[in-house]
Amino acid sequence: MAVDPHTHAGPHLSFWRRYIFSTDHKVIGKQYLFLSLFMALVGGLLAYMMRWQLAWPETAIPGAGWIPEPTAFDGVIPPEFYNALVTMHGTIMVFFVAMPLLLGGLGNFLIPLMVGASDMAFPRLNMMSFWTFFTASMVLLASFFVPGGAAAAGWTGYPPLSADPTYTGVDWGITLWLLALALEFASFLMGGINFLTTAISMRAPGLSMMRLPLMVWMQMSAAVVFMLSVGPLIAGAVLLLLDRTAGTSFFVATRGGDPLLWQHLFWFFGHPEVYVILLPGLGAILEVLPVFSRKPVFGYRPIVYAAIAASVLSFIVWAHHMFVSGMNFKLVMPFSITTILISVPFTLIVLAMIATIWRGALRFTTPMLFALGTLGVFIVGGLTGIFLGSAPADIFLHDTAFVVAHFHYTLFSAVIFGGFAGIYYWFPKMFGRLMNELLGKIHFAFTFIGFNLVFGPMFLLGIGGQMRRIYNPMQYDFLKPQQPLNEFITIAAIILLLGQLPFIINFFWSMFRGNLAGRNPWQANTLEWAAPSPPPHGNFETPPRVYHSPYGYSQPGTSEDWLPQYQPLEKSTA
Amino acid sequence: MSTVVTAEIRAESPPAGVMAIGKMGIWWFLASEIMVFGGLIGSYVLYRLASAGAWSEMAHHVSTGIGATNTLVLLTSSLTMVLAHAAIEDEKRGRATLYLGLTVLGGLLFLGFKAIEYTTEISNGFTPLAGTFWSFYFTMTGLHGLHVLAGIIWIFALFLMAARGTLWPHTQQRVEYAGLYWHFVDIVWIFLFPLLYLSY
Repeated sequence: MAVDPHTHAGPHLSFWRRYIFSTDHKVIGKQYLFLSLFMALVGGLLAYMMRWQLAWPETAIPGAGWIPEPTAFDGVIPPEFYNALVTMHGTIMVFFVAMPLLLGGLGNFLIPLMVGASDMAFPRLNMMSFWTFFTASMVLLASFFVPGGAAAAGWTGYPPLSADPTYTGVDWGITLWLLALALEFASFLMGGINFLTTAISMRAPGLSMMRLPLMVWMQMSAAVVFMLSVGPLIAGAVLLLLDRTAGTSFFVATRGGDPLLWQHLFWFFGHPEVYVILLPGLGAILEVLPVFSRKPVFGYRPIVYAAIAASVLSFIVWAHHMFVSGMNFKLVMPFSITTILISVPFTLIVLAMIATIWRGALRFTTPMLFALGTLGVFIVGGLTGIFLGSAPADIFLHDTAFVVAHFHYTLFSAVIFGGFAGIYYWFPKMFGRLMNELLGKIHFAFTFIGFNLVFGPMFLLGIGGQMRRIYNPMQYDFLKPQQPLNEFITIAAIILLLGQLPFIINFFWSMFRGNLAGRNPWQANTLEWAAPSPPPHGNFETPPRVYHSPYGYSQPGTSEDWLPQYQPLEKSTA
Repeated sequence: MSTVVTAEIRAESPPAGVMAIGKMGIWWFLASEIMVFGGLIGSYVLYRLASAGAWSEMAHHVSTGIGATNTLVLLTSSLTMVLAHAAIEDEKRGRATLYLGLTVLGGLLFLGFKAIEYTTEISNGFTPLAGTFWSFYFTMTGLHGLHVLAGIIWIFALFLMAARGTLWPHTQQRVEYAGLYWHFVDIVWIFLFPLLYLSY
């Protein structure tokens, strides 16, 4: 039956059409949000088990006895299962938390609202995108329960580990892992088409490209980067799948293939993927910072150009992941240079953020705290990236805990801090109610302090030589002196995980019991705040018109310190 | 998507100078598809350069004749697709239906020749496991063949709509979108043909 997603027919739809197979971008955004938060919980528990093993190797993990066959154990993790934990934690956090949270959740919810459209360009494709992603998640989770257990070749799936079951003991797990990734890529390709088409072709009258909120620019850049980088990995996944199932030998060296090809195909996508996650995360806090500083974004155009420059550069940095892989060493210098070069646009964005809050009338709400947290954490992540981008340092630090610390400082800042800033900021628009500020601040304190206690010491562990994916650091004499640090990190990780409880309570309690938000609780300028909270199916009561840039805060000649995009300037002050 | 949806979207006209949303969607889709085939073709070229001798021995056994014929068939079907689009623009429904039908036939002919090729090769012992060249050959032509099949189904649906007269008045631009896709499939073949059939 044809349901028209572009009318205000919402209330007449059946339960299934409204909440499950909805074509409304806001419902789909929330579906992505819920699923990604659930997957974050799964990924977090996997991290907890890993950390327990690293701190107190080969002792029983409290609360892990329920895990069924074939990974059954009396709480003590066998080495093969530890490999699966490492692999699945990485896969889940990058592909099943970061992307669905920042792009699927926030992007889906915000893009049509921010450009003043009634829905995405292709609402049915949007629905299909979510359900493809849902299937991908289920396939991935199912892989824990097949004979041989889940994929255990690392989240990068390097052959020959991934191509041949003899190395890892995992057979079905990796095939399902590949299938889950293929479905996920298909889902986000559909999403990317929707994002770009909506943001370019369905803007409200008066909303020129240079009046778009920065979140939309960042989502667009991320979508372009994703769509143009994922193709080679899809090709690589097809080849790897054939290697596994049909017996071809694209990547199997013993039969004439070359495992390095996989690494090139993987990282040609894998590194741009970092920016797919990072850009929307920065986009979220670029919306939050000006609102709670009551100042315009500093350098709107340079930020846009920096995002575009970073997107272009992201395609020529991938081989810095392969400095020690045996790749042609003539490639090392050029890739070192491009890698370090990409810090220039991001430095510009960070400096623009600092200039935005400089001398602002700061309001320390929970979203603002998370935004400031992002800024602080991301700077550390960015600076340590320079170490890893330059080959001489990387050759020493490669595949150590230093790398783990570095990418958590960059990606955790984008996904968790940026994501939480976004969730706290847009929650009133999503559910019509405000989140509790006290619980929010407790959550922030635990997350920020816990995070730094977990990943700060990891830099030291890495410089001390602890490798990234080892099962038991106590097996190595030179790592034994560092063991107290490992124990400290694990305790901090448990605190960090428990620190998420206030958020879970706050999220569900506020959804039903929080204070009513009203249309525009933060006095923000962008278009989404012109719609009711939560917006009805079809979004705006009257199609909005745009009169000026989204960041007119504290402008001279206005009576208020904010100037919504959808309100014309008063005649007297014009 | 149903007719209702498309019609509704069209009412929301894009800002001046911006492409219609369906067309833009297709272009972004094709951009990502280029990268999929780009990855495969790039990998093939690198392996080929690294192992010239052994590969050219294997590459001798492909059927250049059938490959060339298939190139002609596919190019012709691209022409009929353009003619179908032109007929749509001129609102000549009968001719549009005819040309859409011919395009479908061209696609089917292509797959038919492909099937003959595959059977002769496999019966001569050149299976996908007979060497890395053959692995690439079957993967690349196989993925391309799946794209041809998808195009045939898409254009056949349009052919049925045109024959019944339901393509007008709101959805005739779908012929253009399908045409863009069909030309893309054609262009991929233009790359595959010299790489796989002529480069020994």
